[in-house]
Amino acid sequence: MTKLKPWLPLIGIGVFAVLLLVVAPAVLSMHWINNLGKYCCWAIVAVGIGLAWGRGGMLVLGQGVFFGLGAYTMAMHLTLETAGPGSLPVFMILYDPSAPLPAFWEPFRSDAFTLVAIVLLPVIVASILGYALFKRRVKGAYFAILTQALAVALAVLISSTIRETGGDTGLSDFKYFFGFVLDDDANKIMVFMIAAALLIVCLLVVWQLGRSRFGELLIATRDAEERVRFLGYDPANIKLVAFVVAAVMASIAGAMFVPIVGIITPAEIGASASILMIAGVALGGRASLFGPALGAMAIGWGQSSLGSSWPSGWIYILGLVFILVTLFLPMGLSSLSGRAKSLVWRSRTAATAPAAASAPVLEEVKK
Amino acid sequence: MPTRVRDPTLQNRLQNSAPNRERPHVDALIPPLLNGTALGALLLLAALGLTLTFGQMGVINMAHGEFIMAGAFIAYLTQLVVTSSNISIVLALPLAFLGAGLLGLLLEVGIIQWMYRRPLDTLLVTVGVSLILQQIALQIFPAQGVPVESPGWLDGQADILGYAWPLRQVFTIVLAALCLAALAAWLKYTSFGRRIRATVQNRDLAETSGIPTRTVDRITFFVGSGLAGVAGVAASLIGGTNSQMGTQYIIPAFLVVVAGGVGQIKGTVIAAWAVGIALSFFADWTTGSMAQVLAFVLVVIFLQFRPQGLFTVRTRGLT
Repeated sequence: MTKLKPWLPLIGIGVFAVLLLVVAPAVLSMHWINNLGKYCCWAIVAVGIGLAWGRGGMLVLGQGVFFGLGAYTMAMHLTLETAGPGSLPVFMILYDPSAPLPAFWEPFRSDAFTLVAIVLLPVIVASILGYALFKRRVKGAYFAILTQALAVALAVLISSTIRETGGDTGLSDFKYFFGFVLDDDANKIMVFMIAAALLIVCLLVVWQLGRSRFGELLIATRDAEERVRFLGYDPANIKLVAFVVAAVMASIAGAMFVPIVGIITPAEIGASASILMIAGVALGGRASLFGPALGAMAIGWGQSSLGSSWPSGWIYILGLVFILVTLFLPMGLSSLSGRAKSLVWRSRTAATAPAAASAPVLEEVKK
Repeated sequence: MPTRVRDPTLQNRLQNSAPNRERPHVDALIPPLLNGTALGALLLLAALGLTLTFGQMGVINMAHGEFIMAGAFIAYLTQLVVTSSNISIVLALPLAFLGAGLLGLLLEVGIIQWMYRRPLDTLLVTVGVSLILQQIALQIFPAQGVPVESPGWLDGQADILGYAWPLRQVFTIVLAALCLAALAAWLKYTSFGRRIRATVQNRDLAETSGIPTRTVDRITFFVGSGLAGVAGVAASLIGGTNSQMGTQYIIPAFLVVVAGGVGQIKGTVIAAWAVGIALSFFADWTTGSMAQVLAFVLVVIFLQFRPQGLFTVRTRGLT
């Protein structure tokens, strides 16, 4: 058992992969495949948030920005692909048929450019912002507020540029996905499989980062930034890497969200959407490996089922999730088993060694 | 998220209410300066309470925007009882202060007081509170919002510096100035204020000197939230009063707090004015939404030079 223990997460990822990639397509209806694909996208964002917030201590309240970068990059490409070479997207024709395509749209006709941009754009934005903030030791609440302000700014910017980005109605009605017809069930399953596979890859990346020296430094930075600095490391660089990786994950998720859901609007990337992304991570357990992904899927499920059938109740539930989880389970549901274990363990050992009761706290932090 | 119609941006609304546009010969610099001052006054009202609670307790109250909303709805409810808008708005100011203050007190006693050791987590808790308050407001009041009638004595324009200035903007500025003066005097000359300042500077030492810091915290929270209520009354005269109105004030208000230096009233005043004017100028040159982006960039650049904001509490501790 002790030999097996370090590999348990890997086995977990394997089981998860089988469930998503083999069992789900075989069992679920198209409707649920599509929904599950959407949850996978939110789960990818959540895995990134888990890295930045759970392990790095940076509360990223504006992941909608990077989600939006990826989503709009993909949506612009798909819109152009649907419109066909040389012609304008439909919404632009409706607005003003004579005006030329805005210059920044032009490169997104290229498949390769789009794919590179999905990764590179968030890297550039997150690097500049992260470098500017972390180097000046802006952290904690300041950092959280600034990231959220950025999300609000981007959403407002997009909703006000109707001619260039479609404004509040967003971009929709995509017919092709890199040459594949999106209306086809087989292709829909393929798109879902890509999203699910990307989620697995992100989990593997975070697992590997967690095992590495970098992962240890990241957690050390979260818990005692000054000590890390005194040891000769620059915490700014460590945080920057985690922030950029989280941003790339959010962008990839946004890019997959577009062909799966078929529409992207500023409402999906603004402040409230960004907060929804945090909710899943908080619920599942921000510092664990699977917690953020599973929590995000649960919130995603609630959002799409309860959110449409009982919208007012869903908001109350969401609010209560924030309040109750933060008050009573700051490390999320994934800390429940550890807590239960430590309770049993404490009651067993209380008679012999009362001092040992402090150990479970340590264990919780390590996760 | 349920897709709700987003209101036009804050500064758009302020600009729409300004009649200066009708005078093309006006020097281009003056109107945004005046608009910016009015917007800054509103931001100051919204940010004063935040900076108090943030500075003293490290609590990041995301529900502060909903306290503003509560103030605006209280102004509406007062108008239902006292139909004359001339009187009701005057009555609404203390009522909104009390109402929003009590909401804040409830939040402190019910939730925040258990979380003082985890300041970053207060942000998440209050996000939940803000979602719930918004939803409650949405269920009580019509979704499209309620009209708050502007009193007759605010309809005109004042001639200041040779420019017609809408009285509603003047009212906001005067209100902000009065609140600021009252708060500053309260902090400076009363024993409560002295205790608050002591707690902000050094909580442990204050406690050792016999100051009941928890009680002080509660009073600060009450006053800070109450100020949000007053801001809400002012906001109800300028823009619409609906369940979503808090969300558009909270982020600019936080930017003001961050740029001004946490817990620093002096800094908050300057930052609010600067952010207000910057937003107005940017909106004049580009668009209202681009202005938000530019203002954000400006704050980030500013933090490069003063990462702790304009003014800081000097300390020898590591930050």
